[in-house]
Amino acid sequence: MSMSHEHKYKAAIRKAKIMNFIKYLIVYSVLLVPLIPIISMVIWLVVQSFSEGPTSGLIPRGFTLENFRFLWHPIRFGLSEYPNIWPIVANSLILAFGTMAFDVPVSALAGYALSRMKFRGRVATMKLIVALHAFPGVILLIALFYILNRLGLYGKGILTLIGVALVKAGLSIPMNTWILKGFFDGIPWELEWAAMVDGCSRFQTWRKILLPVIAPGISAVAIFSFMGGWGEFLLAYTYIKRREFYPISVFLYSVIGEFVFVDWGLLAAVALFYMIPIIAFYGLVQRTLLKLQLVGAVKG
Amino acid sequence: MERYKDKLKELYVFLKIHYLLDKIKPYRYKYKGILKSALPFLFMLPFFIMIAVMWFAPVIMTTYMAFTKTQWTITNMRFIGLQNFIRIFTRDIYVTRTIYVTVLYVSTVLMINAFFSLVLAIFTTYFIKRETIAIPIRLAWLIPRITPAVIYALLWRWFIDPKIGLLNSMLEFLGIPAPRDWLLTAPYSQILMIVVNGYVGASFGMIIYSAAITSIPTDILHAAMADGATDLQICRHIIIPLLKWPIFFVTAWQCLSLISSYEHILALWAGAGVARAAEVEVWALYAYSKAFYASEYGYGAALSLFLVIIGIIFILIFFKVFGFERMMQPSRVEV
Repeated sequence: MSMSHEHKYKAAIRKAKIMNFIKYLIVYSVLLVPLIPIISMVIWLVVQSFSEGPTSGLIPRGFTLENFRFLWHPIRFGLSEYPNIWPIVANSLILAFGTMAFDVPVSALAGYALSRMKFRGRVATMKLIVALHAFPGVILLIALFYILNRLGLYGKGILTLIGVALVKAGLSIPMNTWILKGFFDGIPWELEWAAMVDGCSRFQTWRKILLPVIAPGISAVAIFSFMGGWGEFLLAYTYIKRREFYPISVFLYSVIGEFVFVDWGLLAAVALFYMIPIIAFYGLVQRTLLKLQLVGAVKG
Repeated sequence: MERYKDKLKELYVFLKIHYLLDKIKPYRYKYKGILKSALPFLFMLPFFIMIAVMWFAPVIMTTYMAFTKTQWTITNMRFIGLQNFIRIFTRDIYVTRTIYVTVLYVSTVLMINAFFSLVLAIFTTYFIKRETIAIPIRLAWLIPRITPAVIYALLWRWFIDPKIGLLNSMLEFLGIPAPRDWLLTAPYSQILMIVVNGYVGASFGMIIYSAAITSIPTDILHAAMADGATDLQICRHIIIPLLKWPIFFVTAWQCLSLISSYEHILALWAGAGVARAAEVEVWALYAYSKAFYASEYGYGAALSLFLVIIGIIFILIFFKVFGFERMMQPSRVEV
């Protein structure tokens, strides 16, 4: 091989390497540059909640736990004062557990029937579920308000919270039924036959054999609806008018709306506190989240 | 002898039970038959009740309320025929601007949701093949979606804050003149609206597309590479044509959900009045604010009836074009 050939060869390799470098430079900058705001916001939230006074950029001003005083002291935001954060937390918990309690049994029963039983209108029901999942429920808020009134669940304090949970569950039931139907579909028929041959009734089979097997599916749906209730803002904001029944989301929103005085540290601390269950949950299921084939368990 | 006695007794009991069972057999079967056909409906009953109360009744009520004057309290209804619609088309001064904002919002955010998400998906699957790098990136893109709307709004509030936020100092660093107020001055507030919602929507398409791309058989891609195709050619001539259906699906799906979404706008602008002043009030938010801020529930219902109709039309199109199977498995690729 002559020198010139070798030279050409090396030049080609160098060129390919440069091209490759440029290619990945473009790829990574398209992927990562738009993430700068998002990542910096997340960092800010953590830094700010431990910082005395507002941060300059992302750099904290000293370190303090004073922002978390809302956990044991009365909180004063602008014009309004709250004796304690815990009733608000309790409201959020009622909303979250309420959503879960309405959502899971109904979708577990329906999911089982759709997966295992033959009945007239089964296919039509499945089509209905898909249609409802595509249909944006948020545009029905005005009529749902009327329905809450008619059910006697508006302006009744704790009952209103339950009402919001009911609406939230109602809007997410089609999707959850579909998810659980998928879980039931994955269980072999033989398991049920064996139980029924041994003398279990249909209901017993469902209760004692199938439910434990699909426990992972049930808990996935349970956690999803819990998170839905915990993070719910729009319904709670629209239907809950009395301060003492605000969940955390509406509480935070009302604080953001008051321009009079902004204590960023306190705001960030409350926000971080509110995010704890969500961070914990998504930390646990991050991989499944990406493989989730369900058309947006969270709506787009 | 004792033993035989026991055995006989056992046999007698056995026979007697079966005799009795035989006797009640017809009734049992009859009862079982009814139960058997009723059982699925018993299982479905709570589901149907929920669907009837939370979906069907609201759709019917929205339609009915659109023809009523319902003001101050929601139970105070008076039938007024087409008055609300006449008002929308002739007297309401906000309607044209709301339509303009809605079209701007849907078309631009849709670009991000349907096409930028495709770029994200191709980059995190085809170009970055190592999952240890690709998955954290995709997870980071999910943050805006999994963050509750109020927290997401709070984070943006800080980011755009002219005094302590990061955005303006970043822009100054880059030498770009930064506006004093992102939230309330018109072109900036609209840019903000597009960006904020774009981040939320981008991950939906990304998840569906990446699942679709990873299900493309690798030998097709390898064959193309062996034939000397560049990355760009592979994307243009193999990946994107194969992703035709998922792209179509995501576009249509996101279009519908954007037309009707307003939660993030409401959360960030903290009130529909502010959103109107900042010219980011989309149609759905306008309907909402008419009902819940101005207490004109009937008029709000008339405005949202348009969205309900659009939604139903979209769903009919979904079934016609995609079919049932594809709607539940949007990332399936047919090679």
